[in-house]
Amino acid sequence: MPTNGVPTKITQGSGTKGGIGESTLRPDGTLKVTGEFAYSSDMWHEDMLWGQILRSTVAHAEIVSIDTSEALAVPGVYAVMTYDDLPADVKNYGLEIQDTPVLAHGKVRHHGEPVAIVAADHPETARRAAARIRVEYRDLPVITDEASALAPDAVLVHENRDDHHVGHVPHPNVVHRQPIVRGDVAAARERADVIVEGEYTFGMQDQAFLGPESGLAVPEEDGGVHLYIATQWLHSDLRQIAPVLGLPEDKVRMTLAGVGGAFGGREDLSMQIHACLLALRTGKPVKIVYNRFESFFGHVHRHPAKLFYEHGATADGKLTHVKCRIVLDGGAYASASPAVVGNASSLGVGPYVVDDVEIEAIALYTNNPPCGAMRGFGAVQACFAYEAQMDRLAAELGMDPVELRRLNAMEQGTLLPTGQPVDSPAPVAELLRRVKAMPMPPERQWESSEGADVRQLPGGLSNTTHGEGVVRGVGYAVGIKNVGFSEGFDDYSTARVRMEVVGGEPVATVHTAMAEVGQGGVTVHAQIARTELGVGQVTIHPADTQVGSAGSTSASRQTYVTGGAVKNACELVREKVLERGRRRFGSYHPAWATAELLLEGGKVVTDGGEVLADLVDVLGDEAVEVEEEWRHRPTEPFDLRTGQGNGHVQYSFAAHRAVVEVDTELGLVKVIELACAQDVGKALNPLSVIGQIQGGTTQGLGVAVMEEIVVDPKTAKVRNPSFTDYLIPTILDTPTIPVDVLELADDHAPYGLRGIGEAPTLSSTPAVLAAIRNATGLPLTKTPVRPEHLTGTM
Amino acid sequence: MRIDFTVNGRPQEADDVWEGESLLYVLRERLGLPGSKNACEQGECGSCTVRLDGVPVCSCLVAAGQVQGREVVTVEGLADFARERACGTGACGTSLDEAKGWQAQGTDSQTGEGTELSPIQQAFIDAGAVQCGFCTPGLLVAADEMLERNPNPSDADIREALSGNLCRCTGYEKIMDAVRLAAARQSEGV
Repeated sequence: MPTNGVPTKITQGSGTKGGIGESTLRPDGTLKVTGEFAYSSDMWHEDMLWGQILRSTVAHAEIVSIDTSEALAVPGVYAVMTYDDLPADVKNYGLEIQDTPVLAHGKVRHHGEPVAIVAADHPETARRAAARIRVEYRDLPVITDEASALAPDAVLVHENRDDHHVGHVPHPNVVHRQPIVRGDVAAARERADVIVEGEYTFGMQDQAFLGPESGLAVPEEDGGVHLYIATQWLHSDLRQIAPVLGLPEDKVRMTLAGVGGAFGGREDLSMQIHACLLALRTGKPVKIVYNRFESFFGHVHRHPAKLFYEHGATADGKLTHVKCRIVLDGGAYASASPAVVGNASSLGVGPYVVDDVEIEAIALYTNNPPCGAMRGFGAVQACFAYEAQMDRLAAELGMDPVELRRLNAMEQGTLLPTGQPVDSPAPVAELLRRVKAMPMPPERQWESSEGADVRQLPGGLSNTTHGEGVVRGVGYAVGIKNVGFSEGFDDYSTARVRMEVVGGEPVATVHTAMAEVGQGGVTVHAQIARTELGVGQVTIHPADTQVGSAGSTSASRQTYVTGGAVKNACELVREKVLERGRRRFGSYHPAWATAELLLEGGKVVTDGGEVLADLVDVLGDEAVEVEEEWRHRPTEPFDLRTGQGNGHVQYSFAAHRAVVEVDTELGLVKVIELACAQDVGKALNPLSVIGQIQGGTTQGLGVAVMEEIVVDPKTAKVRNPSFTDYLIPTILDTPTIPVDVLELADDHAPYGLRGIGEAPTLSSTPAVLAAIRNATGLPLTKTPVRPEHLTGTM
Repeated sequence: MRIDFTVNGRPQEADDVWEGESLLYVLRERLGLPGSKNACEQGECGSCTVRLDGVPVCSCLVAAGQVQGREVVTVEGLADFARERACGTGACGTSLDEAKGWQAQGTDSQTGEGTELSPIQQAFIDAGAVQCGFCTPGLLVAADEMLERNPNPSDADIREALSGNLCRCTGYEKIMDAVRLAAARQSEGV
């Protein structure tokens, strides 16, 4: 039986152009503009069923009983499953700590937790059947913040923890705690001429990728299952899925279906196991597609945080010390919380030189929605707070805020709070200089000969002002993000590269398990193959688990790590091709033995440019293929007491200047321009690089003035799970985003590149907040800024 | 119920349609046209935008029964639709040379080879306006309709016309570039 929407190979390119450094266009571009590109929710199978998840209506409760009989009686229903129907001994999953039940067992710990699953022949039938499952809950007290989590009589969100963090946390409702202590803060404090303290609140942000969680599970004849899925990391999913199904990993085949964005929200599993369970139970293909309402419950969010900072400086503006405490709300399950804690703490003072620090970051277990990975990953929350502190310090010192930052800017060689030296270019001062030097947008742009164009004013077409009460403000921020998985994680990738003659042309095929989620990794892989192998045509094989792991499409790491793996595999292929050439043609020309040989334009050439042979002749009828793992430099864990350790691989820096106009009477904000300067090491594809920077910048803008998942503090229930109530920036909310790209090579990385995807999401938010503070004179310590924060009408 | 309507110029019939189904569901699940997207299914994101008798609508908010006897154009039919459309007014504000500044300096991409695309589709590829691409079909239908009405849009016009289409990847800058590029090429008759 055919499955519709199965990804196919895409071949692109001819001639010799399209190597690294060029703005080669996406190989999947045509499919995506014609509607033919098959996303996971487009998968279709002739006799498929539709799966539906029943989710808890309360945040914290014991499950007294579940009655599925009415649901099973609905015509068209093929299966209803609860915890009791799980086939294997393993019933939990999780990225690092397996604390998340596939289906609730005895209790639910957050609003929207999966309790039961249904398969039916129509999605509406499945929804209606799920609504007929009777679940009786007995409410438990809800843990919603640090005070309730750490109270002496606090209910434990997870009893009987046995994970590897429980030994060093102060309370079982703390997932992980990372202190970092360096220098002597008490002594440094004595040297400070000014000290500023601040308390900041960062709201819960949603990734809001547009392609909903979805996939198709097809049962296979060997008793296994083939899952077509949108994810960020196929092999991580596989490792978590197979044990719960009671299957060996080789009986769970995974193919990446089209992914409609990710931003961290697909690092954890969503409907993967549920679809497989229903497919194996019914013997039929099962498709599950969340709607937007369910998507808000179906993936982890960005950790909301409370951040407490103290900065000291001498009268001439040199930082003396920083103390901070960062409390991240991890919600009901661990997800990526421990690694988010590691990032928030180790990057907690930002890209500045400061020798004396005391940092503490913790993540809580609460009954709020689970939080995990989102673009920026712990560094975002810290940047919001330390940049606000730098502005406070500048105000206290009477200094220009950019000048204060440049005075304290980190450089190559600076030690992080963890004691790790930054051993590649760190152009923090230069990025600030560049972003400040960019031309300012003209004043009063809304004025025209026909009166005010309200579309360019705060309030827009609501026609709330024609310029009355509108004040402009400008703000700056800069941030530091680590690239790749840190703290000793074995962060490798795998690439299989094949070179052969097809239709009289040498063609390279690149096969990895890298999740293309929109970032353009497939474009870059083809560019690397062209550059390394001197071919025009490159075929990108669909990503699946028939090749080794590529690691996650997250942490700004894929171009570095899977790009590095592709480059490495290409180099090995090239060596084999040249060996073959020497065997076959070596006797015809001495340069085969003596010269440095390259593959260019479909030929073997010497470094002097002399052509030795056509690749077609060297390859003949026999393909050359290599599959190889590739690793960046190893890292090490942070010491659990002092936080010292070489935990990071690479860093990414961006700076922003925000220009805003605020209607101070109504509290409406219009961001006029959000300029960015970023060091990218080497732009493998300049067009894609700028696209990443503009997209990341806009997500930072969203959290500054619009985005927050609102959770009721009394019930821990989510109040706004829709695009009607959770607002992300539209094209009207988003300003022009001029980008200045700096390319200072990191000699440790392939081509000198730097991971780029996350850094622009860090500094965008604090720059906007700084600009609004500059316009209004208000302290503004919380994201998102809402009208009532500006008008004082709370 | 059965529904007869025209999709991308071809008569279609859908049988056994449940009354609660949306036009989006019928297109995607019954007619094998999944190009219109399902990002929110609540009329907020514009990813399911189609033309219904020429008017751009969120197909998730149109009950399937409402399209009986009517004409629908989806992203799958956009290239044909654009080709058949009478040429625009010829008025032009942005010169093609200027608009080329918004085109990537990409070389050698075979993207688009062998597939006839509408000007707006080609411009989205050329300007780098596609990342994950989930918003793209709806944006293309909406942008194409705007350029039909307003061949020489100002930036504010573009933003207003596309304000019902959410994109989470691009920050909209490359989408602006793509629409400017398509408008300029259209004006120059390219």
